[in-house]
Amino acid sequence: MNTPGPSPVFEQPESFEFTPENRKLAEAHIAKYPPGRQASAVLPLLHLAQVQSGGWLPKAAMDYVAQMLGMAPIRVYEVGTFYTMFNLRPVGRYLLQVCTTTPCWLRGSDDVVAACERKLGIAMGETTADGLFTLVEVECLGACVNAPVLQVNNDFYEDLNGPATEKLLDALRAGNPPPPGSVIGRQASAPITGRTTLTGLPAKPAADRSRRNRKRT
Amino acid sequence: MLADKDRIFTNLYGLDDWRLSGARRRGDWDGTKDLILKGRDWIVEQIKESGLRGRGGAGFPTGLKWSFMPKQSDRPTYLAVNADESEPGTCKDRDIMRHDPQKLVEGALLASVGMGVHHCYIYIRGEFYNEAQRLQAAIDEAYAAGLIGKDACGSGYEFDIYLHRGAGAYICGEETALLESLEGHKGMPRLKPPFPAAVGVYGCPTTVNNVETIAVAPTILRRGAGWFAGIGRPKNSGTKIFCISGHVAAPCNVEEEMGIPLKELIERHAGGVRGGWDNLLAVIPGGSSVPVLPKSICDTVLMDFDSLQAVQSGLGTAAVIVMDKSTDIVKAIARLSEFYKHESCGQCTPCREGTGWMWRVMERMVKGNASAAEIDMLLNVSYEIEGHTICALGDAAAWPIQGLIRHFRPEMERRIIEYREAATRRRVAA
Amino acid sequence: MPKLTIDGDEIEVPVGTTILQACEHAGIEIPHFCFHERLNIAGNCRMCLVEVERSPKPIASCAMPVADGMVVHTNSEKAVKARKGVMEFLLINHPLDCPICDQGGECDLQDQAMAYGFDRGRFEENKRAVRDKDFGPLVATHMTRCIHCTRCIRFLTEIAGVQELGATGRGENMEITTYIEHALGSELSGNIIDLCPVGALTSKPYAFIARPWELMKTESVDVFDAVGSNIRVDTRGGQVLRVLPRINEAVNEEWISDKTRFAIDGLRRRRLDRPYAGRRGARVEIDWSEALDTVADRLRRVPAERIAAIAGDLCDAESMFALKELMVGLSAPSLDCRQDGAKLDPQCRAGYLFNTTIAGIEEADACLLIGTNPRWEAPLINARLRKRHLQGGFSIAAVGPRLDLSFPVELLGEGGDTLGALAAGEHSWCERLRAAKKPMLVVGQGALARRDGGQVLAMARAIAETHRLVRDDWNGFNVLHHAAARVGGLDLGFVPGPGGLDVAAIIEGCRSGRIELLYLLGADETDIDDFGSAFVVYQGHHGDRGAARADVILPGAAYTEKDGTYINTEGRVQLGRRATFPPGDAREDWKIVRALSGLLGRPLPYDSLGELRHRLRAAYPTFAAVDRVGPAPWGEFGRAGPVDPAPFTYPIADFYRTDPISRASITMAECSDVFLVHHGELPAWTGTRG
Repeated sequence: MNTPGPSPVFEQPESFEFTPENRKLAEAHIAKYPPGRQASAVLPLLHLAQVQSGGWLPKAAMDYVAQMLGMAPIRVYEVGTFYTMFNLRPVGRYLLQVCTTTPCWLRGSDDVVAACERKLGIAMGETTADGLFTLVEVECLGACVNAPVLQVNNDFYEDLNGPATEKLLDALRAGNPPPPGSVIGRQASAPITGRTTLTGLPAKPAADRSRRNRKRT
Repeated sequence: MLADKDRIFTNLYGLDDWRLSGARRRGDWDGTKDLILKGRDWIVEQIKESGLRGRGGAGFPTGLKWSFMPKQSDRPTYLAVNADESEPGTCKDRDIMRHDPQKLVEGALLASVGMGVHHCYIYIRGEFYNEAQRLQAAIDEAYAAGLIGKDACGSGYEFDIYLHRGAGAYICGEETALLESLEGHKGMPRLKPPFPAAVGVYGCPTTVNNVETIAVAPTILRRGAGWFAGIGRPKNSGTKIFCISGHVAAPCNVEEEMGIPLKELIERHAGGVRGGWDNLLAVIPGGSSVPVLPKSICDTVLMDFDSLQAVQSGLGTAAVIVMDKSTDIVKAIARLSEFYKHESCGQCTPCREGTGWMWRVMERMVKGNASAAEIDMLLNVSYEIEGHTICALGDAAAWPIQGLIRHFRPEMERRIIEYREAATRRRVAA
Repeated sequence: MPKLTIDGDEIEVPVGTTILQACEHAGIEIPHFCFHERLNIAGNCRMCLVEVERSPKPIASCAMPVADGMVVHTNSEKAVKARKGVMEFLLINHPLDCPICDQGGECDLQDQAMAYGFDRGRFEENKRAVRDKDFGPLVATHMTRCIHCTRCIRFLTEIAGVQELGATGRGENMEITTYIEHALGSELSGNIIDLCPVGALTSKPYAFIARPWELMKTESVDVFDAVGSNIRVDTRGGQVLRVLPRINEAVNEEWISDKTRFAIDGLRRRRLDRPYAGRRGARVEIDWSEALDTVADRLRRVPAERIAAIAGDLCDAESMFALKELMVGLSAPSLDCRQDGAKLDPQCRAGYLFNTTIAGIEEADACLLIGTNPRWEAPLINARLRKRHLQGGFSIAAVGPRLDLSFPVELLGEGGDTLGALAAGEHSWCERLRAAKKPMLVVGQGALARRDGGQVLAMARAIAETHRLVRDDWNGFNVLHHAAARVGGLDLGFVPGPGGLDVAAIIEGCRSGRIELLYLLGADETDIDDFGSAFVVYQGHHGDRGAARADVILPGAAYTEKDGTYINTEGRVQLGRRATFPPGDAREDWKIVRALSGLLGRPLPYDSLGELRHRLRAAYPTFAAVDRVGPAPWGEFGRAGPVDPAPFTYPIADFYRTDPISRASITMAECSDVFLVHHGELPAWTGTRG
């Protein structure tokens, strides 16, 4: 998603300011680092700014973060363009990030890409006209034994294939995202054919309350 | 096969409760105060005796690394846990952080005691958003229970952990790039020397360890160095999480004994190669950076540092990428070349320019649109990158191609000939 | 001291030396691009790889400290192969546009490619193209040529102290950019052109003008401020085409300001290339004999006490000396070289010099700036202050309106009232002065060129004496000049003689009629509306303010057109050298004065520059100590009395237009427009708008 500079085809907002809630979060991040080392908080603050801006990072937000951290703006631009998670142009409500690196490719990521392109009628790097989906190719997401993987905003959908991808897109379009994880009901990274280790444990996990905490970016 | 009682990560699959209560039930935080009170030297000595080698890829002896930290320091010292798991094929730290996070928190404390460190940053890759939430919750629970903080486990030891999210850069898994990123810069590796143990984050002595390395430490200290050293083979001891991906019947993560035969690992835990062992083409045994091995070597090779090095590959992160005979092996490696081109930080000339060059040549090799002499040229270019850069990304970009040419040159040549012939036929037809 | 072996020879070097430095010490040159001895080590180009025994990989010699017993091979097969590989990588995406590249002939990449390049390429893919960037009117970019050494970024960030340039993106898409395109806001930006080892950053005004081998190179001294930067003037066919820095560690290291480098197009415009007579509107061209006769005639007729002379900012010592001798011969005592009216005391040399010396700044540990904006008055002294700041343990405070000097400065107050407390030792910042081992203060002309300038000077002396700034081994009292001619003028006594008038009185005299003849030797910074009905002779090289009001114009030579002596703010005597001839009928200035003296029947006793200098050095031995600076004895100077609490104002309102040459420069006008006017207001630290 890196581009060499702000592209003229979309509008950069004039200004940016953290909401009071985000400002508090930003200050909490800054407090994690020793005094005078507040530049360390640049990644967390840019993440916050991106979420607040609807999934992308306007120049004004980088300037704001620079000012808040006492950094020269160029140092923040360098960071903003170096890390791939910062989107320097607007993205759809669902940012679809298909991993196509070798482990995912071996397990059929081409089918996932094709399903996305066919279903949404867009190519890599494009956003649907309704602003709902942006499709991008990403490098290894680190869930290789559950390949192929598609990251939708913050969530990984795993063990996909073409049809499952289309089903997922339908659910997203309907505003009804399924729970993240394996779409074939696998228990995390355990073999689908049944556990070969840790067999003394129950087949199903203890109640998992964490999913309720998920938040959309 | 490793017995379940000898497994460290007993909640690898998240079947049990990940929270503190569940972790305690599984034995975490048991007698931690006593371990702390045994002191710095004892901890380092135990880890040295256990033979633990770093689980992040390089396999450096962990106890030795810890002993590099200064005994006396007028500046703060730091532990940075490398949770920037991004090496293609590798997804073990993710399972530790989402299913067994207290192992990492407790390990961070004990490792820090072993190094006289009071501040720990865990650098987690940005894409692991949910894992970060989980890990933060675990850290919060540990603080609330007094296990870490002003008086960790009632031992009087002050210890703080901070979670730091990355933002999409494989290179930040390189230890000095990680430190740069942690300081709020681009993730560009630093020149060494000085080494992090002398000048790390904020110019202070710092040790960077992989998640798995840190997470196994408490169990080693509790069960004894001898127990861990007794598993596996000399200098390659202990247990290890293997990630088996690609063309197997049942891809999975599994904790096994170091030195397990590759074939046994795949057949016992991952349901075997798709279509049977004889359908195996090749395996990348340690994450994308290590050279690929053809079936003939896979038949017998053992999965540990020294065995894999002996066959000109490496254990790396123990991420086993299996490819059956249907695989376009040139394309599989070309995709890795694209990965390294994408992830090069751009600092050093050979890597910045060479990764893109190699990838473009590889793309032509996939089609056979090249000359046979270019195979040697490609190999030569990979040697010009290897060892000539600040960090090991240049090496990591070179090795997959070297492995490919070493074992699959005839396949590359065949494509070139076929492409030529097809072109000639087209010309004749026209 | 570690002992190591380089290519078979054993050498001993100090601890902390890098392999590259050790090799240079041993007389072995290691090729490099990113390494620059004045910048932080980046180690990214990888060109300086050498083989070190027992190391499995070749080592970047620029970044590796030597260790005892190290065995280094700089020319082994392994080392050469590694470098050849790096060279190939540098070239694959580098365009083959050397024939149209301004760096051609002085390009590091070109030179190294001769040594390490292959005779053919193996790269069959498309070359990368990178969009050019807009860095403003001075620096042209051709970013496709960039080899990403980051010297430019490091220079601006570290030395110039402006964080505006960076490398965005990563991998092969990494680009050197300001991101939001804007001109580089530094007075030192042109140095990145010299630092760029390839043709990615070149001089915009010099684009496609000349090839290096066509140029005549003359080593000289800059006159756009009082630093006395050492320069090389490159000419072709009588035209000055460019100015580059020469290394002088004591003065400018190897940098020059943008004005020094880029104002030279002003040498070709608005030139006075023949004598003129008559005021504007009725001005006529005349020849030399008529011009000199007219002036001589006036000089004969006007009583000596009604004659006055003012020397300007760019004058060489020789012409001031000649004019002074002429005036003394006429018994005319009203002459002054302090055209801004600064209340400098010529009696005590230590009272008007930058005694600490520029290099001495690096030893200081506390610094008080009084009414000075070094960033504009002497950009290289400002850079030296910044360099000292970066070394740590240096507290800097200022009295004067707030400034951005590129390093943190504690503002103690804006006007003279703060000085009293400092002199009395009552100000809280005095703690710093007391704690400092080598404290220094710098008084600028902004503090001295006002009615109470003498009192400010006395107050500064009091601060220096109270806080022991002046000792046997250290003199922390400094006056910062911004005029190249000033110290020379003071040293040779171009100041009022007994009963003579100073600048303010001369101008008042012109208005009242007490002065009937005013001789301006390149003096353009006084207010010409105040000259009343005086007959004004202007001798100089540009049709600027002085010439505009003149009754007779005697065309002189600019600094590149004459051999001249200049004394910088430290008191360092340096020789400027003629690189080209004055245009048209213009003449070297001392010769004009000498000719005039002949017409007056009292010829000055020299017919050559050598004879003039001999007499100058006999009269003022200071001028004989070329390229040296020695301690000046401390003494009494300044004037006792109360200091006006009004805020100090800085003397330079527009850095890019300070003198007749830079005011004639189109490049400087563009800079002024881009950097100052287009930024809306002038930056807050510039005081008033020019």
